[in-house]
This record gives sequence, structure tokens and C-alpha cells, in this order.
Amino acid sequence: MSDTTAQNTRKGWLARAADSDLWYSFVRSPVTIASTIVTLLFFVSAIFANWIAPHNPFDLASISIMDASLPPAWMVGGDPRFWLGTDDQGRDILSTIIYGARISLFVGFAAVIFSMILGISLGLVSGYVGGRLDAFIMRVADIQLSFPAILIALLIDGVARGVLPREMHQEMVFYVLIFAIGISGWVQYARTVRGSTLVEKNKEYVQAARVIGIGPFIILWRHILPNVMGPVLVIATIHLAIAVITEATLSFLGVGVPPTTPSLGTLIRIGNDYLFSGEWWITIFPGIALVLLVLAINLLGDWLRDALNPRLR
Amino acid sequence: MFTFIAKRLVQSILVMLTVALIAFSLFRYVGDPINNMVGQDTSLEERVELKERLGLNDSFLVQFARFAGNAARGNFGFSYQHRRPVSDLIAERLPATLELSIVSAFLAMAIGIPMGVYTAIRRNSWLAHSFMTLSLVGISLPTFLIGILLILVFGVMLRWLPTFGRGDVVQLGWWSTGLLTASGLKSLIMPSITLALFQMTLIMRLVRSEMLEVLRTDFVKFARARGLAERYVNFVVALKNTMVPVITITGLQLGSIIAFAIITESVFQWPGMGLLFIQAVGNVDIPIMAAYLVLIAFFFVVINLIVDMLYVVVDPRLRVDSAGGH
Amino acid sequence: MKAEVKKTSLLTIEGMRVEFASRRGHVVAVERLDLSVEPGEILGVVGESGAGKSTIGNAVIGLLEPPGEMTAGTILLKGDRIDDLDDAGKRKMRGARIGMIFQDPLTSLDPLQTIERQLVDTIQQHLGLSDSEARSRAVDLLDQVGIPDPQVRIAQYPHQFSGGMRQRVVIALALCADPELVIADEPTTALDVSVQAQILDLMKALCRDRQVGMILITHDMGVISETADRVAVMYRGRVVETGTTQQIMSQPTHDYTKSLISAVPRPDKRLKRFPLVTYIEDAEERPEGLNLATHWLGKVREEHKLTGNLLELKNAHMRFITRHSLFPSKRLYLDAVKDVSFAIQPGEVFGLVGESGSGKSTIARMITGIYKPTGGNILFDGTDMTALQSRAAAAPYRRQMQMIFQDPFSSLNPRMRVEDIIEEPIHFHNMAYDRQEAHQIMHDLLDVVGLGAQAARKFPHEFSGGQRQRISIARALATRPRFLICDEPTSALDVSIQAQVLNLLKDLQSELNLTMLFISHDLPVIRQICDRVGVMRHGQLLEVAPTETLFTDPQHDYTRHLLELMPKFRGFRMAK
Repeated sequence: MSDTTAQNTRKGWLARAADSDLWYSFVRSPVTIASTIVTLLFFVSAIFANWIAPHNPFDLASISIMDASLPPAWMVGGDPRFWLGTDDQGRDILSTIIYGARISLFVGFAAVIFSMILGISLGLVSGYVGGRLDAFIMRVADIQLSFPAILIALLIDGVARGVLPREMHQEMVFYVLIFAIGISGWVQYARTVRGSTLVEKNKEYVQAARVIGIGPFIILWRHILPNVMGPVLVIATIHLAIAVITEATLSFLGVGVPPTTPSLGTLIRIGNDYLFSGEWWITIFPGIALVLLVLAINLLGDWLRDALNPRLR
Repeated sequence: MFTFIAKRLVQSILVMLTVALIAFSLFRYVGDPINNMVGQDTSLEERVELKERLGLNDSFLVQFARFAGNAARGNFGFSYQHRRPVSDLIAERLPATLELSIVSAFLAMAIGIPMGVYTAIRRNSWLAHSFMTLSLVGISLPTFLIGILLILVFGVMLRWLPTFGRGDVVQLGWWSTGLLTASGLKSLIMPSITLALFQMTLIMRLVRSEMLEVLRTDFVKFARARGLAERYVNFVVALKNTMVPVITITGLQLGSIIAFAIITESVFQWPGMGLLFIQAVGNVDIPIMAAYLVLIAFFFVVINLIVDMLYVVVDPRLRVDSAGGH
Repeated sequence: MKAEVKKTSLLTIEGMRVEFASRRGHVVAVERLDLSVEPGEILGVVGESGAGKSTIGNAVIGLLEPPGEMTAGTILLKGDRIDDLDDAGKRKMRGARIGMIFQDPLTSLDPLQTIERQLVDTIQQHLGLSDSEARSRAVDLLDQVGIPDPQVRIAQYPHQFSGGMRQRVVIALALCADPELVIADEPTTALDVSVQAQILDLMKALCRDRQVGMILITHDMGVISETADRVAVMYRGRVVETGTTQQIMSQPTHDYTKSLISAVPRPDKRLKRFPLVTYIEDAEERPEGLNLATHWLGKVREEHKLTGNLLELKNAHMRFITRHSLFPSKRLYLDAVKDVSFAIQPGEVFGLVGESGSGKSTIARMITGIYKPTGGNILFDGTDMTALQSRAAAAPYRRQMQMIFQDPFSSLNPRMRVEDIIEEPIHFHNMAYDRQEAHQIMHDLLDVVGLGAQAARKFPHEFSGGQRQRISIARALATRPRFLICDEPTSALDVSIQAQVLNLLKDLQSELNLTMLFISHDLPVIRQICDRVGVMRHGQLLEVAPTETLFTDPQHDYTRHLLELMPKFRGFRMAK
């Protein structure tokens, strides 16, 4: 055993990763590989939307009302230019999906990062300092946990609408949205990190650092944080899925992103009105895209959780 | 044990007060109440007089006390949009939401818990695997999308079920129920499934993971080592121990059903409190928002208290103090 | 060496082989195993961690966890084959013919059911008794295992019993269906020393009275020598030697057994060095001693007052709040350390001994500043540490005292490389001019503890327990301390590794003239390494005396009690 490990150390971290149990279980699971590919596809098309999308649905000059409400290309009446059909304004559905997914992912990601930073910091402080501060933070967390994310997000959005004058609200809508979704999610991170911090705090390597004389900030940053990050990644993937759903829901309800930059949720809402008149593709394709995206993220998160759980092996 | 209950009661009251505080701050300081109540041509003197009459110049604490007192009696003032007392609006809409929520909660538990237990006990059967896969799909489907899909299939294409509204209702005192009419029941089917699906999958996954944890414990191993039947081990030892953490989280989830009803009511145009709330957010109708907040908090607090009572019944460690050294 | 296997034995294992399938191929946990147990006899299975002892127990009772499976061999219980039974057959056998006792009484019992329920359900599962018959049998059993007031206590829940009482309940549960064989897997490891003895006596008596055979699995040679009739010694999945306890202890034949026995710290005599278990691989020693004149550790030794005590505790007191409350009258306190005073001379090795909960580890943490004392003073080299206000003021003193901890698996940050772990204190206390010098010092220290430079880039999980303790020692030496606190440094290590680490500490202490506070619950180790010893119980310091005096002429009753409890190795003779 000592031979291979000696070789490993010399090879560096890439080779070490390739030999790890994580990679092994990844490569063994076709579902996980598929969902990673799907997720990557979404990411890539989100970043390079301008080059990938066949049309630009926001360029008013390029859309024509004559192309309105065309069914998907393979159906009767379809147009090969618009693979998935067009909406009531003549915009290409496929392109709107690509741009919409970009918005959904952007908001989702930003909210998760905000949540993470807030939750991890509070969790670290709460777990390490303990006492009254810990009790207070956890009490707030408990109370907030009773309220579902949707409600909190709606409330913050509503308050923002009331507090900010109309124009300012329009400009800030994204920040408000990210803040609202982010605030509703920090509790999970804080709780998990706090639990791990409590465990790590009592471990002897932390005590050794204190005996050396090292102060609490450096201990938290260099010793405790790296060791509590594991479960955080799993939570983050699940949270990303929830954040995307929350944003879609808010946009569907009309209180999310502004209609000028529609996300997948907005698209579904717009298309909902045309469901009864038979133009189902306007709502169904964005719906499928949303489900695919969230499903892929969930599958990844599921795999990650099982792979990182030492007891399941 | 009584100290435990007393502590929880005190905590509940504190929670309600905190929420009332937030609601009050919303009420009083978001936007200008006077502006929202009067028209544009009201003179400045009339506004000042109105302010005085409504007691808006009193200190924060006095105003808050008044608000809290009113809230406790169910008086939340007037809606800006509808120009009617908020309490009336809520009383009209509450039965719809409650009926929907309770039926969904029941569905979610009745299906979710047994499925969770099954997938934990028979981990490797193909049925368990398919349940798990389905559950993943279940938590990836946003509630509103489920609603839309159901409407599309059963309402538009097959025309079996009504696509919006509550159907015919029967008035029992101030409560209106849809459970006693055929059309009412038919209207209830799709919304309740929509609402229940997400919670059902969550409960199922939770029960499964908790049960798997318990099945790995030493005392389960010891029970097996004593030759106790697999059925006994699964249902008497493991299940009972699983229930303790499951009760808390199920309670929380059910509380959130009432809030998730917002979405379902929007999709199905169900005349409940959720729809009222959404409209209020769009119109910045603060009194309704504040009232909804307090009401939801109240429901959560009640549910949490019930959950805690159940805890005491199930877990003897809370009923009897432990021994020192004997 | 094949053991004699009689077909008339209660339990006969022949040629057992257990494998675990893993991604790196098949791991053989146990192979070519032959064992037998007679009715009324206690067979001790002893070995170090990873030897495969627990696997045997699990295999016999049919509870091997997948991916483990028994791939060869037979197990016969009174002539009936039990290893090839189907699931139902195995289940019927468990409890009724074979009982099992696990290590941790805290987690072995269902917290939600009364003792009565757990006993009666098991009894009725195997013996078709009525409710009242089953209950009276249960009460009877509780009485036999020594639970006072069984009629009353049977209705209680597990959390209402103390650790030792709970283990008695566990024993009652294992015996309630009258099995012919009992497997006890480390039954007393989680218990306090004084309770251990009682439980072992109980098990011996029960086996004798009921003519039940027992397999006693443990790593503790003391338990074996006190309790077992015959012993099977295991190493790496194989039995290397079997015989009567007397035989094994006084005249072991296999090399491993010989070195294992001799490595056990002797309670009766102080030796110059701990003998090594030379049979196993990791048994390296440091190549040569330190040359203080040229080594970094010898450079720039601060000149301090060499007179007077290096460390002094005056009326030290530590109180923890165990239950917070808004009402002062309802708060619960724990006085972990009560009015403790002692002093340590420079160059001395002072031992602190006591059972768990005696407060010895708390004292270590008070001295190093992890806990702030609630009363009294702690003086280091004449300076009152408790009066210092800031961390900055205390830093130069902290540098001079370092600590080595008990658990090798949690005392090193799993995400840091060894070189970073050791260099951290060097950088923090500015002990080196630049990174290069720090690097050089780090390599030096690794040599000193016998690990060598190639250990630097590795992570802690790549090392064994004993090697990790050496890394801890290297880290502790990195600040050139004068005072070293060792808090149970070898309690979590296998006997064979203990000797190496203790020898290393002994050598370093004499070469560097370190002052040491050595904390342990293990009296024989204390005797081998300390100059003076203090005995603690329930937070109080009961007696302080030079080591030999304490062992030969103890003053306090409790000290005498502790000495009584030290395992007496029957027929123990140094195998030279």
C-alpha cells in the first residue's frame, strides 16, 4: 500500500482525483454521466447564447408578426426555420428557451451563492462561538424554516415593490429577486455547517491549533472551513434546483423577472393562455426544458450525496 | 415534561409576537397608508386630520399594541384594493384553502409514508428503484407545471375534469364546503393532486432516509442478533424510532402546504386565500399581506405545538428524566 | 498450527474463510480459521485492530454485513451445521442457540421500549410462554444479572439506567432464551475500570452456572488474563496460537504472541525501555539519538530561571454550566476540577492518573488555555497565566508549552499536508527567517521522530495511528517547548505501537530535558514513565507521591482501589 500512495503523492492532484472513489462511482453510473452532460449543455448554451441560438428573439427588427403561432417544424404548417415553432409574436421558441434558460440559471446561481456565503458564515460563527449568539441565530433559523421559500420570496418582493419607487424597482428587480430567493435558503447551509463546526471544534487538531496560540479567525478559515465544505456541495446542488424552480414559479405568478427578459417561468406563463386554443407548444417546450434542467441538477445532487457518504459504500 | 410544554408555549407566543411585529412594520411603514386610502383630491388638512384620527401619530409601541390587539381579534383593517374589511375577505376565502390543504396533506401522508417505508425495507427491489426514480422526477416538477400538465391532459384533451374554480359549494354557517357536491369533489381532484405531489415525494424520500439510518443502528443489530422476526424488527423497532424525526419534518412540510396553495390556486383559479395574497402582492395591498402573514404564522405555530405534543407521546426520553449513576 | 478440534465440542469452526468484495478486489478478513469452544468455557479471542476478531463473531451468528461473506469452511454447533442454513434457519438459531453481546450498552437498546417489552418480546419469540410467565422469567433474569429491585426497574426505559446497569440488561437479553453459546464482542471496553471488573465477574459466573460456552473478543490482554480459560491469538486474519491462558501468558511459543505479551506495560516493575513488538511491520526505531550540539532543537535554548517550579497550580477550579436557565436556581453545574494544587519541577515527568471524568484532561486544557479556569491560579515559570489579559501577552508562554493528544485520528487536520501541519507553529511564532529555513526545520523534525522526509508531502490519512502520533510529536516540538503535556498519548493505539511511541517520548524527554505532564488512566504505563504521580477522582487531587512509593505504599483508599483493579497477569514472566 505504501508504494502506490507514494506514487500518488508524486503524481499530483489530478491523478489522485482519477484514482479516487468519487470518479469511480461517477464513471460507473450512466445516469449520472447523462445528467452531467445535460447540465453542461445548459450551462454552455446559457453562456454562449448569443452564438448558439438560431435567432435573436429580442431583436424587434428580426421578428415578424407573419411568423406568429407556427407549430413545430415536424408538424403540419411548421417552418424549418423555427424548429420548435413560434409564439404569438413570431419569436422562435427554441431561441427564447435558450435565452430564458440563461436567465433562470443566472438567477438560480446568484441566489445560491448569496445563500451559501450568508449561511456558511452564520453557521461557522454560530457553531464556533456558541452561547447566546448561537442560540439566537438558531432561533431565527427555526422561525424562518417554518415559512416556505416561496412565501418569503413573495413577501420580500411585495415589500420591495411597496418601498421602492416604480422605476427603481424595475432596475433593481434582479437584485431583489436574487436577494429574496437567497434569503429564503440560507438556513439549510447554516444548520449543516453549524453541526459540522460543532463536531470539528471539539476535534483535537483544532485544540492543537489553539494550544499553539492561533486565533479564532485563522482557525475558522484554515482549519474548520475546509473540513465542513463537503455536505455544503450536496446542499448547493439541491438548492440550485430549488432556486431555479422558485424563480420559475415567481415569474409564472407574475412577480419574478421583468417581461422584457423572460425566464423559462415567464415563457410558460405566456404560453399558458394559448393552451386552450390548441397552441400547446408555446408552453410545453419551455416546460420540458425547465423539467430537464432541474431533473439533471437533481440527479447530479443525488449522485453526489451518495458518493460522498462514506457509510453507503 | 411540563416544563417542556411550558417552554414551547412561551416560544410560540414569542414567534407570534415577532411575526406580528414584522407584519406591523409592513403595515405601517411600507408606503403611505393615508395615500392608499384616500383619493388624489383630498386636501392636506383632511389628510392630517385622518392621520390623527387613525392614531398614526402615536408612538411605535402604542401603535404596535393596538395592531396586535386588533389582530388577535381578527381585525386587520381595510383592504386598499377591495375596500372591504380584510377579515371578511379572509373568512370568505379560508374554507377553500383549508379544504384543499387538508385533503392534499392527507394524500401526501397516506401515500408518502408507506412508500417511504417500503423503499427502505425492500431497498433492492425493482419497485423500490422505480419509486425512487419517480420521486426524483416528482421533485423536479414545479408545482405550477404539474397543474398545467394535468389541466392539459384531463381538462382540455380528455375533458374529464373541470379546469378551474371550485364547483358547487354548500354553505354550513360561515363555512362553505365543496365536499358535499359531485362537482365540488371533481374540482378538488386535480388541485389536490398538484399540491400533494411535491410534498408526497419529499415525505417519501425523508421517511426512506431516516428509516435506512435507523436500520443501521446497533439496537436494530442487537434485535436481529436476538432472533426477533424481520417483521417485528422492521415495524416495531425500526418504524417507531423513525417516527420521531419524521414527525417534526412532516409537520413542517404540511405547514408549507398551506403556503404552496398559493401556486395551485393561481393555476386553477381556486378562490382561496392564496389567490387573494398573490393579487395583493401585485397591487401592493399591504393589509392583506400583513394579515396573511400573521395567519400563516398562526397555523405554523399551532402545527408545531401539535408536533411537540406528539413528540412527548412517542419518545419516553422526554417524559421521564434519565437516571444518574445507579 | 492446527488446533485440536473435537467433534463433541459445543462450537467447532473448521477452515473458515471470510472475504469482503471491494472495488480493489477481494479483501480476505479471516482465513484458515480453526476454533472450538466447550460448554461452560470462556474462549478469549485476542488480537489488535484489523485482526479479524469481530468478523468471526459476526460470521458465527450469521450477521456478516454485505459485501462480506463466508466463502469456505464449516461451523458446527453441537454437531449441527449452522453456516449453510437459510435466512429463516439462521434467525431461529439466533437468540435461542447463540446469543450476542455488543460493545456499547448506550446504543444496544431500543430507546423507545421498556426493558420489560424488550425482554418479553424476545422470550416469547423463542419460548412459547404466556405473558405473565414471560414476565416473571424476565424479572428473574434481571435479578440473576444483578439489577436491584427488578420488579420495579423492569418497567423503566434504557435511558434510566447507568452504563454498567445497561450492560447487565444487555447480558440478560442475550441469555433470556437460554442459548448454548454466547459471543461477547468487546463487552467492557466502553465501561469504566471499576465497572468492568464487576461485569466480567458476572459473565464468568453465568457461564459456569448455566454451562454456556462463551467467545470473548477483546484487544485487552488484561481482560483476557482475568477472565478467559483458553486463548486464541489472532494476527491479520489468522490464528497464530491457541492454548490455555496460563500457557499463553507464561510460555508463548509463536513469535507474535511472545512480542505481544512482552509489549504489555508491566505493572510490577519499572524498565528502562518499553520492549518492542518486533513481529509486526511498523516496528522501526529512530536510527540514532539526537546530537543536541548540532541540531536545531539544541540551538538557542532560552536561559531561564532554573530554580523553582516550572509549572504550579494553586487551588485551580473549573466549573461548567451543564444546564442553562434564566433562573439561577435552576441551573446545573459540573465542578470538573475542585481545588487542585500541585507543582512540577523542571526536567521532571509528572503523571496524573484517574478514571474517566476525574478531571485530568480538564486540567491539561486549563494549563494550555483552552479552558479559562473559574478559580485559582496557574503559574508558568513564575508568571501567573490566569492574570494575562490578551492572547498576544500569553503567546510567548504558549510557545513554551505544547500538547500531544489522545486520538491520532482527529489530532491532525485531514485536509492539510504533513509539512503544513508542522510548519504552522513555526510560522506563527516566527521561529524561522524564511520559508526555506522553516522547510529545513520541518524535515529535521520528521527525522527526529523517525518518519523521514518523504512523509512531508503526504496527508494524515495515509499514515497509521502510531505514525500519526509521531507527526503530532513533531508538531509539538516545532516551537522548541520546555514543557510537554501528553494527554493519554497511547490509549487509542494498539499495544504493539504503544511501545514505540512511548520509547520515543522517553528518549526525547531525556535528550531535550523536557518537563512533562503525563496523563493516563493506565497505571502500568504511568509506572514506566513518570517520576512523580498524582491521583485524581471526581475533580479532586487525592494523593501525590514519587512513583515507586505510590505503587508500593499507597496512602489513599482510592489509590489502593485502583491498584487492586490492575490486571494481574497469571504466571507472568518476562520472555527474554
